[in-house]
Amino acid sequence: MRPIESFEVPAPPRVNYINAQYGLKSWLLTKDHKRIALLYLGSITFFFFIGGLYALMIRLELLTPQGDLLQSTTYNKVFTQHGIIMIFFFLIPSIPATLGNFLIPMMIGAKDLAFPRINLLSWYIYLLGGVITIYALLAGGVDTGWTFYTPFSTTFSNSYVVATGLGIFINGFSSILTGLNFIVTIHTMRAPGMTWFRMPLFLWSHYATSLIMILGTPVVAITILLLAFERVARVGIFDPALGGDPVLFQHLFWFYSHPAVYIMVLPSMGVISELIANFSRKNIFGYSFVAFSSLAIAVFGFLVWGHHLFVTSQSVYAGMIFSFLSFAVAIPSAIKVFNWTATLYRSSISYDTPMLYALGFIGLFTVGGMTGLFLASLATDVHLSDTYFVVAHFHYIMVGGALMGYLGGLHYWWPKIAGRMYPEGWGRFSALIIFVGFNLTFLPQFIAGYLGMPRRYHAYPPEFQVFNVLSTAGASILGFGMLIPAIYFVWSMRYGKHAESNPWHLPGLEWRTQSPPPTENFEVTPIVTWEAYEFAPREETEVVGKFRPELERI
Amino acid sequence: MAIEATTQPVHGHRSLQHHFENMEQQREAGTLGMWIFLVTEIMFFGGMFLAYALYRSLYPAAFASASNHLDITLGAVNTGVLILSSFTMAMAVYFTQVGKQRPQVLCLVLTLFLGLAFLGIKAVEYHDKYEDHLIPGRLIPGNPFNPAVQEEGQPIDHHKLHLLPGATLEKVEMFYWIYFAMTGMHALHMVIGAGLLTFLIIFSLKGRFDPEYHSPVEVVGLYWHFVDIVWIFLFPLLYLLGRHFEHG
Ligand code: HEM
Ligand SMILES: [Cu+2]
Repeated sequence: MRPIESFEVPAPPRVNYINAQYGLKSWLLTKDHKRIALLYLGSITFFFFIGGLYALMIRLELLTPQGDLLQSTTYNKVFTQHGIIMIFFFLIPSIPATLGNFLIPMMIGAKDLAFPRINLLSWYIYLLGGVITIYALLAGGVDTGWTFYTPFSTTFSNSYVVATGLGIFINGFSSILTGLNFIVTIHTMRAPGMTWFRMPLFLWSHYATSLIMILGTPVVAITILLLAFERVARVGIFDPALGGDPVLFQHLFWFYSHPAVYIMVLPSMGVISELIANFSRKNIFGYSFVAFSSLAIAVFGFLVWGHHLFVTSQSVYAGMIFSFLSFAVAIPSAIKVFNWTATLYRSSISYDTPMLYALGFIGLFTVGGMTGLFLASLATDVHLSDTYFVVAHFHYIMVGGALMGYLGGLHYWWPKIAGRMYPEGWGRFSALIIFVGFNLTFLPQFIAGYLGMPRRYHAYPPEFQVFNVLSTAGASILGFGMLIPAIYFVWSMRYGKHAESNPWHLPGLEWRTQSPPPTENFEVTPIVTWEAYEFAPREETEVVGKFRPELERI
Repeated sequence: MAIEATTQPVHGHRSLQHHFENMEQQREAGTLGMWIFLVTEIMFFGGMFLAYALYRSLYPAAFASASNHLDITLGAVNTGVLILSSFTMAMAVYFTQVGKQRPQVLCLVLTLFLGLAFLGIKAVEYHDKYEDHLIPGRLIPGNPFNPAVQEEGQPIDHHKLHLLPGATLEKVEMFYWIYFAMTGMHALHMVIGAGLLTFLIIFSLKGRFDPEYHSPVEVVGLYWHFVDIVWIFLFPLLYLLGRHFEHG
């Protein structure tokens, strides 16, 4: 949204959270949620880069049908480590720990999260988990798949399962502490007048995400702990050789890991709700439906894990129930998509970079969700399970959904975070490249999987080569597209145009304080008297030019 | 702008953190945080309860045999000790709220003492199991699971395992793994609780708590009661489950 007029004279540099204190120590011991968000931003970017390198190796190996670049054992490690890094160390913390951390206190008009020290602690726990995992990767890696299925992981694998497991176990506590902090903050720290139904939808989706984090993560933590004991001390409840049941492991693992896919996508949905409403300058269609669908996803998400066990010894009746419930969980997601679309209808859309990501999200997430239904149908899943169709399905959601939301949100709030604008032209260009590259990478995988190409092998029959060449080409474009924002974000921190406090001219609380904000966010605690997406009435906006700050309930 | 000053926060209490408006808000946040943490703890133990429930229903005879070998007396005494400690903890919270420092310290010390007594008794039990070679797997290297089994017609020896019909040693070992996993995790929580109590005792000796500021005591109290309740579930599930098999 290009401002019609600039209402603000560029202010002289003021004290903000970045220049309030200098020195490494002031960062490493900070209790400011905004600084901690930046610490997280740096570290998850680092892990994203490592995960990306593994992705590159996978795609290069699969360029040809034979296993020429990597041996099968190496390949097993590469895809495992790609999954572990991307899921546990990038996607799960991505939006909550950076954007959520930065914005939740500001959006409710608070000075900080309820527990600033625990917030910092969660970052150190994340780092510790990360360091241990990287140690495991360097020492020899792990080859079980990110799913750690027993008894391979407990008995047969010769790789660093325990060290990796320990890293993930520890990292889990950082996510628990983040979720706990968010829930308490949203309950107890809202500014006067900030009622639950005046909260931006970003907060509802983070609330729902936090619920999953605190309910699901402990289960995977104890599961991994039991697995590690089983491997080290041969005390068994999972390995049939020790009298255990491997399917119990799968139940416990997916009891967390299906909800965990919603940990990844719900925050992204929150970002998208913000972007859609704000860049079409219209109140979101069906606010309470969008808000409650987040909670519904969090609740129903816990009841569908059995759809990952259709081809195990799970009983057919359980399978039928899980299949039905998996269809049910698609409903709240669909509610969101319909409400976003309805919001767009007859609104004044501006196609800035964040909005391009938001529109991309809607399309890609829909494809990902619809193909989830193919997998949730018992008969089709027998054919599709463990093929590239599954790989394409979850990448459409985790990259096409979660990552697009993350990038969109990062662009949207960058002026607030860094106090500088990113280059809009390059932003749009790279958003487009990423969209094209993404589809070229993963669309062919649906077809290859449908035709029967199994996942997790380093070699494949030659008839699948054409899909893999397309996919590798797409991945190169995608990777190139990702590099562009990586470069210009860093560039803009120094050379970008100074951002006004409210560059998009929006009513949200986070835009009512300077950019970058002062350490305590607001000079005085705000009193909220407006609804979440309260724009000027349509007719007036058209006359005056989209937005009139004096209608902002001064 | 709609940004106006609210009523000036009542400054004053030295323990009020800068980002809270008042003590009430700070206390509410602390208590809610602990409740949520306890929810995560329930889920954490829940994974083990699930494994227990599954295998107990699959292998009832083995689980009953193994359970019968646990020391009910020590288990029951420990249950009493913990319940008593919950009472003293609750009294500590009460005395903090009404601002009586001496009884407050006394109750905290009593709680700590009872907690340590629990751990001591638990250690005795663990040692008995060790003597009877009931430690599963390679948890203690060099001391594999190898209990003596009571033969038919032989004189009753309480150090021997009495296997009910249908019970196999493999599943008895699994019971003992679940037993050690659950009680061990519980004991770990007790140790952490004892550490927290030590801090509370130091701070309350320094007179840091008063009727305005008592949430640390309250929050540790919640934690302590939770750990207590876990044991209330563990005791019947682990110790008492085999009784009706033998006598009924
Ligand atoms: C819209 C509703 C969804 C349905 C009905 C659904 C269904 C499924 C099913 C049945 C599978 C198992 C395929 C198999 O291995 O046989 C699956 C796999 C997967 N789904 Fe979804 N899904 C949905 C949404 C999501 C979302 C939102 C995400 C992530 C944000 C996601 C991520 C995954 C992942 C990671 C896997 C692969 C697990 C693995 O085998 O390693 N799904 N999905
Ligand atoms: Cu799933």
